[in-house]
Amino acid sequence: MSAQKPRTLFDKIWDAHVVETLPDGTALLYIDLHLTHEVTTPQAFDGLRTAGRRVRRPDATLAVVDHNIATDDSRRTGIVDPESRLQVETLEKNVVEFGVPYIPLLDDRQGIVHVIGPELGRSLPGMTIVCGDSHTSTHGAMGALAFGIGTSEVEHVLATQTLLQKPAKNMRISVDGNLAFGCSAKDIVLAIIGRIGTAGGTGHVIEYAGDAIRALDMAGRMTVCNMSIEGGARAGMVAPDQTTYDYIAKTPNGPKGAKLARAIEWWKTLPSDAAAHFDTELRLDAHAIAPQVTWGTNPEAVLPITGTVPNPADVEDEAKRAQMERMVQYMGLTPGQRLQDLKVDVVFIGSCTNSRIEDIRAAASIAKGRKVADGVRAMVVPGSGLVKKQAEAEGLDRILKEAGFEWREAGCSMCLGMNPDKLTPGQRSASTSNRNFEGRQGPGGRTHLLSPAMAAAAAVAGHLADVRDYQPKETM
Amino acid sequence: MQAFTTLTGIAAPLPKANVDTDQIIPARFLKSISRLGFGKNLFANFRYREDGSENPDFVLNQEPYRKAEILIAFENFGCGSSREHAPWALLDFGIRCVIAPDFADIFHNNCFKNGILPVRLPKEVCAQLMEDAKLGANARITVDLEREVVVRPNGEEIPFKIDPLRRHLLLNGLDDIGQTLQHVASIDSFEAKQKAAQPWLYA
Repeated sequence: MSAQKPRTLFDKIWDAHVVETLPDGTALLYIDLHLTHEVTTPQAFDGLRTAGRRVRRPDATLAVVDHNIATDDSRRTGIVDPESRLQVETLEKNVVEFGVPYIPLLDDRQGIVHVIGPELGRSLPGMTIVCGDSHTSTHGAMGALAFGIGTSEVEHVLATQTLLQKPAKNMRISVDGNLAFGCSAKDIVLAIIGRIGTAGGTGHVIEYAGDAIRALDMAGRMTVCNMSIEGGARAGMVAPDQTTYDYIAKTPNGPKGAKLARAIEWWKTLPSDAAAHFDTELRLDAHAIAPQVTWGTNPEAVLPITGTVPNPADVEDEAKRAQMERMVQYMGLTPGQRLQDLKVDVVFIGSCTNSRIEDIRAAASIAKGRKVADGVRAMVVPGSGLVKKQAEAEGLDRILKEAGFEWREAGCSMCLGMNPDKLTPGQRSASTSNRNFEGRQGPGGRTHLLSPAMAAAAAVAGHLADVRDYQPKETM
Repeated sequence: MQAFTTLTGIAAPLPKANVDTDQIIPARFLKSISRLGFGKNLFANFRYREDGSENPDFVLNQEPYRKAEILIAFENFGCGSSREHAPWALLDFGIRCVIAPDFADIFHNNCFKNGILPVRLPKEVCAQLMEDAKLGANARITVDLEREVVVRPNGEEIPFKIDPLRRHLLLNGLDDIGQTLQHVASIDSFEAKQKAAQPWLYA
């Protein structure tokens, strides 16, 4: 690239991947890493087969099972549900036929696709990364351009290693200052979505910046980028820095030695230029963010834990009032009710948003020496087999089990209600996942999204609780 | 992919914002390995009661909307999960066009890959079309992609805009993989250059 106008992180990665620009401005964009799983690929492989096409770059493709599988011991004796079994077996057949590297269910490296990509060192700065899953935005934490695609696009990438894309608009969200006591990356991103709304990022790629983002570890950055899609943005990203490079150096499959040094040299050119133009800018004060919890049925319906259920009667706009009435009714709430008084039936700590070792440590720090309240089912589902092993090496599983939490095998679990882990109608959950949509965790289920520490506090309290009442100040 | 040129049909009003893809097709129905058969579970949590019987209050369980080919909704339609099962379910039910003030990006893309036309129109126009749709079987709405107009039952024409490349592919029912493979030489040379500059990206 010759000397040119200042560019953003997104612009630089985009420019470096344009294979060709079509007459109408659509780019043929090269894809460096294609992650695949059992749910959104069978029809794509089928399409390849019908057309007699092959996978162009098996070495840039990785397959794993995560959505559909059980997270208890039953996985060792075969998948019980016949449809789930067929879907997993179909993937296993397809990876053999098309030569795609695959991590099987009983491999230690198996896990949620958005946990294992970074963890193994496959998701790297400057890459374009796609997967048939909207939470692919997670990998943007590495300083990559990562976004979710549909199954037709999965087929397109398998066959051509490219996608037809129009450039996105640039949005920068700066979170300045230090996070307050009791708050984490999850509280940052929930507060952001509360501010911009579920469609606030539509058509944009969000770059997260500011002291509070820089101070986050890689797991925290992944949590923030993960939920970009909940604000309507297809991708979120954080510029790579020393935290990123140190993380990559420790991964099993990341570049090593001279290769890594050469890569870092290029990665250091990626951060947005000082004068780069952003179409939309937003600033938040980190210190003003309190522990967050959603009360309604989309992630923008979020409040500080000290809040009360809003009253639809206070809303003037008719359509918005009707939507709020529906949320209050579906969630079984009364306007004015304190969020901290809401009793929970289930606590779910897991998902591609919050299932990394740092998340499990945060939950264990609250659970330690306490007991899960009577009548509450609390489960911890590590994001991968490697996270599980690490947690066990640190004794976190023992702390959690002694407190009465279930300690499970890696998978998407109760985030999405398509495997055996589901809510039953009317059950209320405190969940570290990413979507509180009606029926998301099971038909009739009521989901409150929050951070891992907040979820653990809800488990021991038996109701939504303010983690600041449970966390000793010196551990912060 | 079936081409989309002009469609005249019954439109079903769904006056909701933020209709997410978990509503369009809940995850528990995503286990098929085919593109077909998802229509019976379209909007399953609204269409069926807990005992499996039809919920008569839901629009797609009412006449004439059981035969709807057009769906009209409010803002941010198709948000959430990237599942292409959402357009597959709409298509399998018989819906070929969704009209809303705006759409979530991934869903919007997925529609074009499946011969479904997503039409963006201002909210007040969507509200007007919903009123038209409530008139029932005689109130047919026409969506003409060639001329880029929606025609109300009273004959009034409302213009809309579709990206030219997407319009071309949809009008002709073209598969874009075939189109991209015409550029295979460019892809080859891109890879050769990238491999030299960034060898860590290659096995």
